[in-house]
Amino acid sequence: MSRRPYVREEGLRWIFRHPRYLRYMTREFSCLFIGAWTLMMVWGLKQLAEGPAAWSAFLEFLKSPASVVFHVVALAFAAYHSYTWFNLTPQALPLQIGEEFVPGAAIAGAHFAVWAVLTGVILYLAGAF
Amino acid sequence: MGERTVELEVLRYNPETDSEPRFQRYSVVCREEWVVLDALNYIKETIDPTLSYRWSCHMAVCGSCGMMVNGEPKLSCKAFLRNYEGVIRVEPLAHFPIERDLVTVIDDFVDKLKRVKPYLIPKQEKPVSEGEYRQSPAELKRFKQYTMCINCMLCYAACPEYGLIPKFIGPAAISLAHRYNQDSRDGGRAERQEEIATTEGVWECSFTGACSEVCPEHVDPAAALQQVKIRSTVDWYTDHLMPWLKK
Repeated sequence: MSRRPYVREEGLRWIFRHPRYLRYMTREFSCLFIGAWTLMMVWGLKQLAEGPAAWSAFLEFLKSPASVVFHVVALAFAAYHSYTWFNLTPQALPLQIGEEFVPGAAIAGAHFAVWAVLTGVILYLAGAF
Repeated sequence: MGERTVELEVLRYNPETDSEPRFQRYSVVCREEWVVLDALNYIKETIDPTLSYRWSCHMAVCGSCGMMVNGEPKLSCKAFLRNYEGVIRVEPLAHFPIERDLVTVIDDFVDKLKRVKPYLIPKQEKPVSEGEYRQSPAELKRFKQYTMCINCMLCYAACPEYGLIPKFIGPAAISLAHRYNQDSRDGGRAERQEEIATTEGVWECSFTGACSEVCPEHVDPAAALQQVKIRSTVDWYTDHLMPWLKK
């Protein structure tokens, strides 16, 4: 009897082995749009520091069709990113009161509620209503 | 209940004669209540006695019969044939080297399990005459789900991180470390942190969550790993920013 264990190379096949892996990759991929949007804001700050002309050029750029499309896509991915992560909070932050654990829906729900309130506050401060 | 014929495609590998694994197809006349393991036992007893696989209890307790069934990690004693359509593909657990046929080499997991010290390390040893280490129901519930782990390694076969980075200590071993860290009678957390609060430990996990989805005992290893991450982060900040708080 001779031992000769065989190692199978996996490559990238795992992504398509089950829908959960595609969902996971979508969640991870969504952060690229959030990162790109953040870089755009850093660029905006730089334009603001450079003076009124640079700042108004930045504002004009924001109104361009390409920018609007990017913002819609980035918002959708940011919402998906937040939604998926908030749904995972009960696993990362379990809360035990006495013998019982607080239901996961309450923990995720609290995160969604704070998200909604903060979004409202930011929209209010930005003069949306 | 009636009988029907099921086609199984089983991955075969004989280290003495094969350069690589190949699929072999078997037709099995099975009963309604049969699971994949029953079909394998039927093949071994009546069609092909050379087929190798591990099993013991046939009741989802021993954790020996983990396999990939149609690409998904399953205990073959819990995978009912009636839930599958067409040809059922049976392979050894993913991410582990194949010893022979459906038997994998599990030394890596066993070594990792030892490293995380999955046993009680009492805060203070006391003689038996002083009685037992007492625990309230609430303290027991804090970690009880993690005691259900049967070391079947389905979570390792589901974890893409482990497949890509074999040094990762992985879901079950870290969950068992967490189980003892959460135990009110235990004082061994600092020793386990040396293994699990490292890059090869929890920080290799990117929370795919597949481990928890495939666990046949409904343990939630992904939860354990995230909780270890949070506690390790708090440790780091305490050590570096508020060292006076450290005991």
